[in-house]
Amino acid sequence: MAASVINTYADPCLPEWMNAPHSTGTSIMACEFDGGVVIGADSRTTTGAYIANRVTDKLTKITDHIYCCRSGSAADTQAIADIVTYHLNFHRMELGEPPLVQTAAAIFRELCYNYRDSLVAGILVAGWDKKKGGQIYCVPIGGMVQRQAVSIGGSGSSYVYGYVDANFKPNMTKEEAVKFVTNTLTLAMLRDGSSGGVVRLGVITEAGVERTVILGDQLPKFYEG
Amino acid sequence: MSSIGTGYDLSASQFSPDGRVFQVEYAAKAVENSGTVIGLRGKDGVVFAVEKLVTSKLYEPGANKRIFHVDEHVGMAVAGLISDARQMVETARSEASNYRSQYGIPVPLKYLNERVSMYMHAYTLYSAVRPYGCSVVMGSWSEHDGPQMFMLDPSGVSFSYFGCAVGKAKQAAKTEIEKLKLADMTVKELVKEAARIIYLVHDELKDKQFELELSWVSKDTKGRHQLVPRDVAAEAENHAKQSLADIEDSDEGEM
Amino acid sequence: MAFMGDVLNPLPLWQNGPTPGSFYNFPGNASLGPVGRTVQDFKAHSANPITTTTTVIGLKFDKGCVIAADTLGSYGSLARFRDCPRVLKVNDLILLGSGGDYADYQYLKDIIEQKIIDEQCIGDGLQLKPKSLHCWLTRVLYNKRSKMDPLWNNYVVAGIQDGEPFLGAVDKLGTAYEDATIATGMGAYMATPLLRDALEKGPLDEESAKALVRKCMEVLFYRDARSFPRYQLGVVTADGVIVEEPVELKHDWTLAHMIQMK
Repeated sequence: MAASVINTYADPCLPEWMNAPHSTGTSIMACEFDGGVVIGADSRTTTGAYIANRVTDKLTKITDHIYCCRSGSAADTQAIADIVTYHLNFHRMELGEPPLVQTAAAIFRELCYNYRDSLVAGILVAGWDKKKGGQIYCVPIGGMVQRQAVSIGGSGSSYVYGYVDANFKPNMTKEEAVKFVTNTLTLAMLRDGSSGGVVRLGVITEAGVERTVILGDQLPKFYEG
Repeated sequence: MSSIGTGYDLSASQFSPDGRVFQVEYAAKAVENSGTVIGLRGKDGVVFAVEKLVTSKLYEPGANKRIFHVDEHVGMAVAGLISDARQMVETARSEASNYRSQYGIPVPLKYLNERVSMYMHAYTLYSAVRPYGCSVVMGSWSEHDGPQMFMLDPSGVSFSYFGCAVGKAKQAAKTEIEKLKLADMTVKELVKEAARIIYLVHDELKDKQFELELSWVSKDTKGRHQLVPRDVAAEAENHAKQSLADIEDSDEGEM
Repeated sequence: MAFMGDVLNPLPLWQNGPTPGSFYNFPGNASLGPVGRTVQDFKAHSANPITTTTTVIGLKFDKGCVIAADTLGSYGSLARFRDCPRVLKVNDLILLGSGGDYADYQYLKDIIEQKIIDEQCIGDGLQLKPKSLHCWLTRVLYNKRSKMDPLWNNYVVAGIQDGEPFLGAVDKLGTAYEDATIATGMGAYMATPLLRDALEKGPLDEESAKALVRKCMEVLFYRDARSFPRYQLGVVTADGVIVEEPVELKHDWTLAHMIQMK
């Protein structure tokens, strides 16, 4: 994700760091398939041009069947994910059954909307529930929420919208979806300086989650002329 | 009333030596004096029918309703003290509204029932308050969960039911309900049965006037709780009166 | 959520902990910050909308009103979301259209929908009327702008008020007006003349009003860089409210052949 400045005023009386940009670059993706969702992310965390962590895990567990892909400020999105996790755990106990993906998305939205002026967070909420199966909800910076069959996010995503639109098919098999997500993220990482490293994947179905990683030297090869 | 004069029935916060809370039992008595309320859960929805006793001719028709909307998808029929019942309706409404604003989806009836039950139960624990003198029946229908119905009594206890009855003639009504094959019946059929049962169990000698209130929430209403449309209700009511007249005729015949 | 306060007044995100910067703000040493102020007294507000939608068109005809809006949610110039419905059936009397920040629209939509449920719960058969919603919107939007935190939207309220068609608009500042034709955003420049021109030629019936609005959507598709060829149309008459499923716009590019290519 590109660097962004959230404070619209620069007050010389405030400490310098209050006006400092949040540096966050990412490529994230989620894709529905027949029976669940595939989520994926690159592994690069940057501070300016320096790679602070080259093997980050940006896929964060919320419940057994709900994950989120985080983009934006690492601090903000981790804090939000922690709060939502707390709420959903409590909600699961009250409800006596696993929470719905839609419920998770609603809580993410509530937080991202109410505190939109202080947060830099673009989140994909993805998971499986017995009511609607595999689902993806996109909660971008302003704090809206939209269900999508496939969604991409982070600074790297702007380079691969065309690829996604051209290659997405509804009701793919799990293997097709994994391949599609891997290719998309690889292409995004190749063109976005703020994304890179390995591709981390998660496949969420009724059975739970299956996590894998594709190392940076084992990614698919594309034209690099 | 063996409890009277023992001193153990003055507060909800004290047990009697044999482990009873008399205030809660008295609250249940308040419900038993009320007009009969029945709830029927069929295969495609839930039907509520209420025998609303009209205690004065000076009331406008339709006054003091006993069936309420809690949310778009939840209906509530109440028996007992109407003012107490209205407060339960308010509680349920705010629970439903809060759930919607927090989680962005309609409240599941199971969860709503649990919350309202907790609220009802809290009023059986303290000496400064009296328990609610009402029972409520809540129902809903959704594509995913199908029809659901719960009945909650003044002690804060609630159960899920196929069919339930509460109020004056609950015994007679339950006997009739047990004869029905509830799980195979549609709400359209159940409305007729519900109306018939209310007319059947109504005691003409003790309570002269009553109004029949009918509502449903079903697949046909797209999961919305609605009062049964006037024409359908009128048909069910006529059917009820007719079958009551038939019984009376055959009774006379036997004599 | 309890910890966030009520819907209209959320609590600060960071509370019960040290104020950001407070370690530098020792008691009695006010010179580090503006006098008498802590960092918390300043609050950043949304300086601009994020996911935005474009024009809404509203038009009165003899027996009702029609509203149209495309389904695109733009993220800057990126056509990010293609399924953002924003023509809303409020009740049997009111249609609501919205343009501008989509998150703000979703927020207000939830509140309006709960208002309608509350009203249905009362069960007296009375319904919110368009003039009332229009007025309520002016209060909400003006109140928010007065807190220097506007809801970044244009709303178009269409409906039937006591048997007569009603059409009104409210902007992000709470400025409101009624008119027989309303177009917000780019549409204000390009659709308004078309709509007014047609209306001056005589009263419209439902079909001609719909056709006129469809024509405006086509023009806006050609000339608004944030538009999209899929849109929703809603109609409100005394018979009730109908919101159509999104339809694809037919566009005509034969004009291109008239340009001499060298």
